[in-house]
This record gives sequence, C-alpha cells and structure tokens, in this order.
Amino acid sequence: MAVTSTIPLVRVEALTVTFPGRELPAVDNVSFAVHPGECVALVGESGSGKSLTARALLGLLPSSARHRGAISLGEDPAPANGSPAWTAIRGRRAALVPQDALGALDPLRRIELEVGDALRLHRLVPPSGRRERVVQALADAGMPTPEQQLRRRSDELSGGLRQRALVASALIAEPELIVADEPTTALDAGHRRRILGELRRRVREGAGLLLISHDLASVRDVADRVLVMRNGRVVEHGDPRTVFSTPAHPFTRELIAASPGGKPRGSRLLSTSTSTSAAHRAQPAPKPRLELRGIVTGFGTGSLRTPVLRHLTLEVNAGETVGLLGESGSGKTTLLRVALGLHRPEAGRVLIDGVDRGATSRADSRRMQRRIGLVPQDPLDSFPRGASGQSVLLDALRAAGVARAQRPHRASALASEVDLSPELLHRDAATLSGGQRQRLAIARALAREPELLLLDEPVSALDVTVQARVLDLLDELQERRGTAYLLVSHDTDVVSHMSDRVLRLEKGTVSER
Amino acid sequence: MARSRLGVDGWIALGCVALLACCAIVPGMLAPFPPLAIDPTGAFAPPSMAHPFGTDDSGRDVLSRVVYGARDSLTIGVVATLGGLLAGTLLGSVAGGSRTRAFGPLRYAADRFIEALFSFPGLLLALLLISVRGPGVASVVIAVAISTAPGYARMVRGGVRQMLGSGSVEAAQVQGDSTARIWRTLVLPETLRPVLVLATLGVGHAVILAAALGFLGLGTPPPAPEWGAMLNAGRPYLTKAWWLTFFPGLAILTVGIACTVLGRALERREQWQ
Repeated sequence: MAVTSTIPLVRVEALTVTFPGRELPAVDNVSFAVHPGECVALVGESGSGKSLTARALLGLLPSSARHRGAISLGEDPAPANGSPAWTAIRGRRAALVPQDALGALDPLRRIELEVGDALRLHRLVPPSGRRERVVQALADAGMPTPEQQLRRRSDELSGGLRQRALVASALIAEPELIVADEPTTALDAGHRRRILGELRRRVREGAGLLLISHDLASVRDVADRVLVMRNGRVVEHGDPRTVFSTPAHPFTRELIAASPGGKPRGSRLLSTSTSTSAAHRAQPAPKPRLELRGIVTGFGTGSLRTPVLRHLTLEVNAGETVGLLGESGSGKTTLLRVALGLHRPEAGRVLIDGVDRGATSRADSRRMQRRIGLVPQDPLDSFPRGASGQSVLLDALRAAGVARAQRPHRASALASEVDLSPELLHRDAATLSGGQRQRLAIARALAREPELLLLDEPVSALDVTVQARVLDLLDELQERRGTAYLLVSHDTDVVSHMSDRVLRLEKGTVSER
Repeated sequence: MARSRLGVDGWIALGCVALLACCAIVPGMLAPFPPLAIDPTGAFAPPSMAHPFGTDDSGRDVLSRVVYGARDSLTIGVVATLGGLLAGTLLGSVAGGSRTRAFGPLRYAADRFIEALFSFPGLLLALLLISVRGPGVASVVIAVAISTAPGYARMVRGGVRQMLGSGSVEAAQVQGDSTARIWRTLVLPETLRPVLVLATLGVGHAVILAAALGFLGLGTPPPAPEWGAMLNAGRPYLTKAWWLTFFPGLAILTVGIACTVLGRALERREQWQ
C-alpha cells in the first residue's frame, strides 16, 4: 500500500510547540511526512502532543502556542499559524475530522448547509448542484437515507450519524490531505468499521491520511506507518505490524498491553498486576442478584410518546459480569436508573435478590439500595462540590451504617484497596486525575460492600493505560469480593474483555451476543 | 487569602456598611443631639461646626436624625431581605422540587404563583399591601419582602432543579440517603450560596424601596427620623435649605452603593472559588 511519491502532501521537520510558562515543550522535535495514498497514524495518550501536531498542520494551534520547525504543504511552505491564507487551504486541500461531533456541528444549521460548507466557501459547485453532492457525500460516509437527513439538525441525529455527517463535511471537497483526530472514539464497532472504511477508500484513491487514535486495532488495519508519541516526542515509528508485534520501546509495549481488545476474560492487562487464570475464578452460582422483568419506560404521552425500554428483561447472577453494549441514546442510562430505583418504570418489576423492589416499603427499598453500588460515568460530577476524597469516603461509610469511630480507619482501608495514596485523599477531588477520580468513585461504591456494582461507562473518559489499570482493579476486586458487575459501555473491546456474558441493547430490548 | 480577594472597593464598601451598622445599633454614641430635640430659634441653620449637617424646619439636628434614621432604614432593609429570602427559598424549593404525583400539582402551582408575583412591579405590590394593612414599619417590611421574594424564588428554583439532576444527588440517592438529608446537605447549601451573595445586593435595594415608601408617607409615621420621610419633609425647602434633603439622600445613596459594591465583590470571590 505504501506509495512513495517524490513530493509528500505534507512534510513536518523538527516541529516543536511550546507554551509560555511551561518548561517542557508540548511537541518536541517531531518530523514526518504524509505521501499521496498513504496513511500515517499517531498513537499515544492524551497530553502526548498528538492533537497539537495535527492542528499545527492546519494552522490551528492555540494562539498562546509558539512553534518552531518547518511545515510544508506540497511544494510550498505552509502559511503562518492563524494566517488568512489558510482559508484557501482548509476544507479544500486539507481537511480536519474532529473528535467531538456535537461541538463541531452547528446545532442551528441544517445538515445540508453544514456538509455543503466546503463547496460553498471554495465555490466548487454552483448552488443548484450542491444538494446532489451533499447527498452523495453523506451516502459515502455511510449515512442511511441521506435525503431524509438534509433538513435535520445535528442535535436530532444520534452520535453515530452525527459523526458520519462530520466525516461527509470534511471529505466533500475531496481534500488531498485528511487529518482525522480520533474520528471513531465515540462510536461502536460497526460504525467504526464504516467510517474507517470510507477513510481507507479515500487513501486508495490517492489522498493522504493522518490518523490520530488510541485504538491500536484500527491503526493496525488502516495505517501504513505509525508514530508512537509520548510527552511530545516520537518514541518509536515504523510499519504498524512490526511495531505492534515487536515493540522496541517500553512505552509502546505498555500501550499494547493496556489495550483490552482480544485479551481473554480474567487475564490482567498490565504485567505489573498479578495474573490469575480463568480457572481460579469462582464459578458464578446461578443465583440472580438483579432481575429486570418486562420493563417498559418512555418519555411523553399520547402521540408524542417515545418508548425507551420495551419489555426489557435482564438478569445478573452472583459473581458474574454482564456486559451491556449500546449506542448513545439506546436507553442504557434509563436501564441503570430503573435498576437503581431512581426511575419508576411504567410496567415491569425490579427484583433484588428475588425480592420485588416495587412491593417493599420506602425504608426497605432504601435498605435494598445498599446492596447495589454505582460507579458513574463522570465521577467528578458525582462528588459534592469542593469535597475531598476523604470526605466522600466518610460520607459513603456513614450512609453504609458504619459507626462513626470506625469510619476513618475503614476509609483508609478502602483507599488502599483501590491504590489511592493517603495524601491524595486529602486533596480536593477536582484536582485528582481522571484515573484517580474513577478509583475514588469505585472505593465509594464499595463502602457499603455491595453484592452488585453497576458500572456506567467507567473507563470511557480514560486513557488506554489508565483504563487498563482501572479494569485490572475491577477484576481483582471481583475475585476478592465476589461482587457481580453490570458493565455498561459502548466499547466492544472493553466489554468483551471484562464480561462473562455480553448483551446488546437495541430498540429498547436486549439480545445475547 | 480569601479576604484579600474582596478588593479595595469591597473593603471600603464593607467599612461604610459597618459604620452605618454602628449608627443603627448605638446611635446615641454617634449623634451629637437627640433626634427629636427641637430648637425653634435655630431652625434652617446651614451646616456648621455645631451642626455639621445643619438643622431642619424645627431646628432639629439633621446629622443626629440621619444617624438615628439608620436604625429604621437598615432594620427594614435587613429584615425585609431575610423575609424575602425565606419566602423565595420556600417558594423556589417547591417550584423546583420533586415531580412525583403527590408534589406535581404543588410544584405547578408554585411555579405559576412566582410568575404572577413577577408580573407586578414590586412597588405596586408594596403599595397595594400598605393600602390594605395601613402604613407602618411592619407593613413596609412585609411589602418589601413580598416584592423581592419572586426574584429569589426564581434563582432558588433554577438551582434546585440543577442540583436535583446532578450526579452528586444521584450518588446520594444511590447510597440510600433520605430526601431530607439530600436537601439539607446538598441541594440547599449549593443552591443558597449564590443566592446569599445576591441578597447582599438585595439589602441595598430593600433600603431604597423602604425609603421610597417613606417618601410617599407610607412608612414610619412622623416625627420619627426615617430617611425617606426626611426627604419628603425637606422637599418644600429644596431651594432654601438644600441640606434637609441632601444628607438623608446621601445616606440612602451610600447604603445602595455600598451594598452593591460589596455584593459584587462577594460575587467575584464566589466565582473565583
């Protein structure tokens, strides 16, 4: 696939990006080139300088950034950062597929206008012919029934469709260079394949692609060359098959180890954790901890009613992990809220250890509540404002009915169980890193020794190595305590690595996979 | 550290408020004469060393009357603001609160009631109440409280709704905390923090409103010193003896500006945190 042409589409030489007041450069001496018909991938954790490198290529560095080094587009040197000359290049010769589709599309404009912008701004197609091209671009990006989407606005589309509209808007003017910054992070496997397929087709037709991703499996499939970045530097580069099969740099090895795709259930991701084989795991007894029977929920009434869950039935047995996959908007959150007793279903029953929650008194229902814990998607939002880790844990122990004198002792035990050092406990939770916050949220959920933990996208906001540590921790805790997990995620790899059974939530009901 | 963020203007404003508070608490120590001591021979004396603010038509010392007037004005301002805050918090909590079957209609009613109160100008509402109850300090307090309540209610309602949908409340529900506890430890403290800052601004507003009612003759009956009433009493002599209206007006202005500046400084500090 590697096509070597004499003139690369973009060449970056010794690019260094610094921010005033920060000692270390955010991007440090990075050089690479993208040729026509070639895909180059940048992989690394957040903060490694991937996105800044990509933005430098399009003159989109933040105004406080200073950069050195040469960037050339084709034969010409690239205009200065922020120069008006970029407007002739962006969208036409080089296009960006950003990560955040919700933020990148204007919610007040119709999809037709948003996608057709590049044609209008570069005067490529007369207004009469634009609609046809927009429909074609949407179809190419895998949008079902593109004609019907033209009049909709971005907030009326699901996450997957929105991301496809964004890809269509970036590719409509057939740019030579495509910069895709985590284009598939928010998508499930099927959508991911379709988007990557379309990007790959463009590369076969002669475009150059700079793909930024933390998803090593996609990179292996799509990229001709990969650059592994850490702390602003390229630590390793080469053919992805070689780099991923025989990584030379320890960080690359860690990155590969941390990726949950293809790792069997029960195995640890990072070598630092003790590994146990699946045989050592307690065999889950078929005793249901949580049963949802024929749950029906919806919003609105009459003709405006939108059903969310339709006769959903699901059970989680003691000691097992059930993975639940579903797109955004598929009703995952509603399902969890029903299980937690925060949302009363229109029909159906919630049984906890065989006891119907709806048939118990309020006090009993609250007592039953203590047997279920929740690890939320956004832990910071779940802590009271300004609270320290210590106060969060003490409050959780208070709610669990632990005597006041024992709480500090138990809080430090919980913290050490999730590997949170005591000094971190006394800091404002808002100053903790994403992984530390998630550990704190897990420790809080464990305070009342629940028999079932509901995990709502517990690692979706985390970097892959941090994610690996949290997943390993959850595995270890399950082995030690025998807690059952209901793991909700859109990430197929995470779910299949963690779960004994995988269910898919679609159209308000679940099916076994 | 938190104190220094008040800023110079905030400290000056705090000083003004403290001085006026002293006037209200111990007027006898600051005023050179009793507020009601008349001296017909010394009427309409312009400001001098003996009478820094001059004397009025009955020869009463204007400085002493302004100092004594702080008690009524500030009491009305503070008590009325607290009353408005309390009523607004209750109303806003109901309007922002639970959507369950039992509370739903109540919530709806509270919501509409806030809107109804909002649709009347505050002064009009106050005039209506005083015309029903008759003039007097208590009437003014109630009137001012009612006319400021909907503003607080609207803020509390928004804050409560936001908090009830937040992750921290959900986490508390999940760990089995009672509704009362959730309101006490999470919903009300988080909601009231910005509202209390706003209430500082509200005190100044309430003092001005009370003075306006006093000016219209609906507040404290004469001859008690009250800034609004003093303004009204001095009005016929505006061209002859400006000090009769200038100094009470200055006092009202000082309270208004000091409370506003202090409120803004607190607001800035609140946002920094």
